[in-house]
Amino acid sequence: MHNLDLKLADISKIEGKASCEISVKNGKVQKVAFSIAEYKRFYTQAICGKDMIALPQLTARICGTCSNAHLLCALKAVEKIVGLIPSPQTIYLRKLLNYGLIIRDHGLHLYVFVMPDLFHKDSILDFDENNPEEHKYLDDTFKVKAAGNNLSKAIGGRSVHAPFLTVGGFTKLPDQNQLIKLIPELQGIRKTVLDLIELFGERDFSLIRDDIDFAAITDNEYSFLYGDLIRSDGSVVPSENYGKYLEHVVIPYSHASGYKFMGKVYMVGALARLNLAKKNLHQKTQTSTQKYLKKFPSQNIFHNNLAQAIEILHAIDSSIDILNKLKITPEKPIVPQRKKGKGVGVIEAPRGTLYYNLELDDSGKIVRGQIVVPTGQNQIGIEGSIRKYLEKNMALDKSREEIELDVEKIVRAYDPCMSCASHFLKFKWLPE
Amino acid sequence: MPKKLRIGWFSFSCCEDSTIIFTELLNDHYRQWKDKIEFCSALVLRKKSTVKDLDVAFVEGAITSRKQEEKLRQIRRESKKLVAIGACACIGMPSSQRNLFNEKTNKEIQNILIRFNYAKTVRKLSEVVNVDDFVHGCPMDENIFLATVNKYLKEFKII
Repeated sequence: MHNLDLKLADISKIEGKASCEISVKNGKVQKVAFSIAEYKRFYTQAICGKDMIALPQLTARICGTCSNAHLLCALKAVEKIVGLIPSPQTIYLRKLLNYGLIIRDHGLHLYVFVMPDLFHKDSILDFDENNPEEHKYLDDTFKVKAAGNNLSKAIGGRSVHAPFLTVGGFTKLPDQNQLIKLIPELQGIRKTVLDLIELFGERDFSLIRDDIDFAAITDNEYSFLYGDLIRSDGSVVPSENYGKYLEHVVIPYSHASGYKFMGKVYMVGALARLNLAKKNLHQKTQTSTQKYLKKFPSQNIFHNNLAQAIEILHAIDSSIDILNKLKITPEKPIVPQRKKGKGVGVIEAPRGTLYYNLELDDSGKIVRGQIVVPTGQNQIGIEGSIRKYLEKNMALDKSREEIELDVEKIVRAYDPCMSCASHFLKFKWLPE
Repeated sequence: MPKKLRIGWFSFSCCEDSTIIFTELLNDHYRQWKDKIEFCSALVLRKKSTVKDLDVAFVEGAITSRKQEEKLRQIRRESKKLVAIGACACIGMPSSQRNLFNEKTNKEIQNILIRFNYAKTVRKLSEVVNVDDFVHGCPMDENIFLATVNKYLKEFKII
C-alpha cells in the first residue's frame, strides 16, 4: 500500500482513550500523530491546599488501574518531606500490596489486552471453550488476575484505591491467618505464569527500536519501590534528582505532555527494568526463566510483554518469601510531624517510573506538586515506534485493516495508561 | 438461541477504577454471565463495538466536553436503561474538581480548555441525560453492581 490516510479514533484494549492519525503518500510517511484523547482532570491544580494526609488517597484517583502505585509514591514523597521512616512491617506490607498490583495489572494487560492478538481474536471473551488451549488460557486469565487481586485486597482492603494505607503505616492491619492462606493460591499460579512466559517468549511479535534509551529505578531485590535510576549507558542517577533530567515536550494534538530524558527518546516499564536489572530478580524466578532471560537486554518493544510475564513470576516468588516470614504485630501508624519542605518520591509503577515532587507548607498543606507518569514518558516513543513500523511495512502488501491492527498491537505493547497521562496541566520544576 | 441481556460498558472522564473492578468481577462471574449477557460494546475488552438497541448501558465517568455530551446522548437513545457507575458518573467528583477552582487557577487551565473544547463545567450524568440506576462508590460498590445486573437480568426476563 503506497497511500494511506488512517484515523484510529478509539484504540481498544488499553487503559483509557488514545487515538492515532496516519498519513502516507507515495510510500513516504507524512504524518504520525499519536495522541492521548483522555480529557484532563487537573489533579496538579486540585491538590494545592490539600492536607498531606489526604493527598495519597486523592491522587490514587488519578488512575484506577495504577491507583495503588500512586498511593505508594505519594506516601513516599510525603514521608520524605516530614522525615518519617516507616516501620519494617509497613515496608513489607507495602511491598506485598505492590506485588499484588504487579500480578493483577500485568495479568490484565497480557491476558485480556494482548493475548487475543496472539490467537487472532478480537477479545478474550471470544476464546473457544471447546479448544483445549483457548479454554486453558481463559481459565488462566481469571486465576492469575484473581490471585493478584486477592493479595492486594488482603493487604490494602481493596485492590483499587486501597483504603488501609496512610502516611506512617496502615489504619488496619491484615489478619495473619488470611495472609497464610494467600501462599497456596500464589504457589498455585506459578506453573500457570510459566506457561504465560513461554507463550510470550515463543509467539510474540517484533519491532526493533535501536534508537531509544531505557530508564528504571531498581534495588538489589527488584522491589519496584526503592533504589536509584539506572540508564542504558550504565549511568546511575539518584532517584530524587530524576526530574532534573527530564525535558518536558508539548505535543499540541495530545491532551498529555511528552518527555525526553536529557534530550533523548527513552522507554520506561517492564522492558526497561529487565534490560537494566534482570540480575536483581528473585533467584527462583531467574532459575525458572533462564531461557527467556537471555533475550534481555532487548530493543524489541514487544518484549515488554515477555518482561511483564517474567515480572509476574518475580512478584509471586517475592510475595511468597515475605508471606512466609512476616508475623503481623499490632502497631498504629506513626504520627507525622507537620513541617515545611520539599521532597521527591519515585517508584516503579507497573508501566514504569512514577515521579512525585511535592512542596508542603508548615501546616502540612500542599503548596505545589508535580507528577510525571510512565505513559507521559513513553508517549514520544510510542509515536516513533508506529512511524518505524510504517516505514518498514508500507512497501509490503498489507491491507488497511492489517496496518490498523498492527498499529494497535504496537500501542498495546507499551501498555499505556491514558487516565494517568492526562491528569495534569503542565510540568513545571519547583524552584531550587 | 436464548435471549441475552445486551449491555454496553462506557467510560467518560474518570480514573476508570470501576472498569478495573468490572474486569475483576469477570474472574468469578464470567462463566455464569457468558450465556446470559452479550457484551455489545466494551472497549476495554474488545474492538468491535455496537452501540445500538442495548438493554442496559453502564456508564462510568463525568461529562467534560460537548463531544462527550453528544456521545452520552447517543448511548441514552440506544439504551433501554442507563446506569451511572461510580462516583464521577453519579456525583461528578472527583473529576469535577475544576468546577471549584478559583479565578487564578482557572486562568492557568484556560488555554487547555479552549484548545480541546472543554465544556464550561464538568457534569454528572444525571445533569445531561435521564439515569435509571446509580451504583455509587469510588470505585463502584461491587455488591450493588452485582445486584443491579441481577435486577436487569430478571427485568428483561433473561433469568
